Amino acid sequence: MSLLKINALTKSYENGFQALKSVDLEVREGEILALLGPNGAGKTSLISATCGLTNITSGTITVGGYDVVKQPLEARRQISLVPQEIMLEPFEKVITTVRLSRGLFGLAPDEAHIEKTLRRLSLWDKRDTRNMALSGGMKRRVMIAKALSHSPKLLFLDEPSAGVDVELRNDMWRLVEELKEQGVTIILTTHYIEEAEEVADRVAIINHGDILLVEEKADLMARLGKKELIIELQEAAKEIPAGLADLALSLSDDGLKLTYSYDAKQERTGITNLLSHLSDAGMRLKDLQTHTSSLEEIFVSLVHKDEDDNNEKASS
Amino acid sequence: MNYQAIKTIYLFEMNRTFRTLVQSILSPVLTTSLYFIVFGSAIGSRIQTIDDVSYGAFIIPGLIMLSVLMQAITNGSTGIYFPKFIGTVYEILSAPVTTAEIICGYVGAAATKAFAIGMIILATATLFVDFHIAHPLWMVIFLAITCISFALFGFIIGILARNFEQLNLVPMLVITPLVFLGGSFYSISMLPPFWQTVTLFNPVVYLISMFRWSFFGTADVDVVISVAAIIVFMIVNIFIIYRIFATGYRLKQ
Ligand SMILES: Nc1ncnc2c1ncn2[C@@H]1O[C@H](COP(=O)(O)OP(=O)(O)OP(=O)(O)O)[C@@H](O)[C@H]1O
Ligand SMILES: [Mg+2]
Repeated sequence: MSLLKINALTKSYENGFQALKSVDLEVREGEILALLGPNGAGKTSLISATCGLTNITSGTITVGGYDVVKQPLEARRQISLVPQEIMLEPFEKVITTVRLSRGLFGLAPDEAHIEKTLRRLSLWDKRDTRNMALSGGMKRRVMIAKALSHSPKLLFLDEPSAGVDVELRNDMWRLVEELKEQGVTIILTTHYIEEAEEVADRVAIINHGDILLVEEKADLMARLGKKELIIELQEAAKEIPAGLADLALSLSDDGLKLTYSYDAKQERTGITNLLSHLSDAGMRLKDLQTHTSSLEEIFVSLVHKDEDDNNEKASS
Repeated sequence: MNYQAIKTIYLFEMNRTFRTLVQSILSPVLTTSLYFIVFGSAIGSRIQTIDDVSYGAFIIPGLIMLSVLMQAITNGSTGIYFPKFIGTVYEILSAPVTTAEIICGYVGAAATKAFAIGMIILATATLFVDFHIAHPLWMVIFLAITCISFALFGFIIGILARNFEQLNLVPMLVITPLVFLGGSFYSISMLPPFWQTVTLFNPVVYLISMFRWSFFGTADVDVVISVAAIIVFMIVNIFIIYRIFATGYRLKQ
């Protein structure tokens, strides 16, 4: 079942800039979705619209069936947000800051829960420290502790790995896994494909306010399993030798390069077969290369295609 | 009503005050003491009684109002301005709280603080002057509604202010002159007729007159008119705050 449903959402800021162009997105209960996109893609705008931090220009957003504009209380009760920027009252103590978040959600004080949360984030020893005396990484953890203080169903992590060292990042991904096991639905934003790959169940790619793709990570990875074998020839070939025509083979325009696509995860890749055919056909090989297409490439090609489309639109 | 959320905001705001308790109390008490020494004792001894009240006692309601209005506005405005300034307002905006709950928490705390300072100044006054309060219950009620309505007004300023200058503009440039010209140190009837008429456009005149009535039983303006005026002011402020939260003006992009 979808916990979050975004329908034809557009967002234009006061200066007229359109940050979101008719976004549709559904997030299933209990999944981890990575929202992947470059700077200025509209990730934060999407989150802000859902959490009630900005006015929606058009379209609808529902959380657990509640419209965030028409039934804000019911919708917001389920949501928690860790913003991209660290924003904390400098003079407050860590524990007061976290208690405040819980209280704002109308929940009775629960010191056991607060302690558990602070301990999980290695902040228990710092509970009486003022926020301004914390390091950047600690501050980010306080932001997370605040968000977890009221046990949300839907958690937004806006660029959780920014300004965080490797160890803390790994721990954060473990935390994300734990939360998922507890049934929390998580949407996190990132600039890095590896991060999406590491933690997400599904990946949504966003650029210029458009969602370009939403796909199961596994499917995406399968697409990534595609490899290419590039064969450089000593002498230019005029055509692909007969007998190899039914293989996924292409010849470059100058006739010096054969490219063979195959699935590296398959038991039989057909490479032996191909090479013996080539030798039978009397072709002499100069060099061999293999090449894996990565999520990076898919991402870059999608983003570029999107940019080209936009340029075409702009020039026409 | 989400009482837990109201309580949370209220206590959080009150705690902020307790952290700077000495500063919060010292400054108004010191200022008022100076007024009493200068106006009440030094100059006041040469001024006749006004409406059978000694000059030292006569200025008490006005002095309390001066501090209370400043405090209510400043507390009301900083309470929301700082979260806006440092960004922590995101939490209030994304929490499941209604405008009414936000008002009760923030404005309630600001008004409480202003009320407490009013009472402290009153206590300070007893050190300098002998006086008797004619209608103590009304005095408390009037002080409370003044604190609440001006804390509401301050809250609006806190949301609308784009910088610190704007935040301080209204209390410094508007409230101080209005209080000084509002009959804090004299009775309106002491002015020439023309200025008496002009003064009636000063809202603070009604406040001070109302408040002074609760002390001494005499007023420049009918108390009923004063009370009606302050209640209208309060309702207008509440209405404006509701509009601000409904539209997100200066709160949401
Ligand atoms: N308050 C605002 N007023 C005008 N334009 C804005 C505002 N906030 C964001 N934008 C614009 O909207 C676009 C999307 O911004 P957004 O913050 O959603 O991007 P993002 O994907 O979160 O980027 P990043 O990865 O850098 O955080 C940007 O071009 C940005 O300049
Ligand atoms: Mg962002």
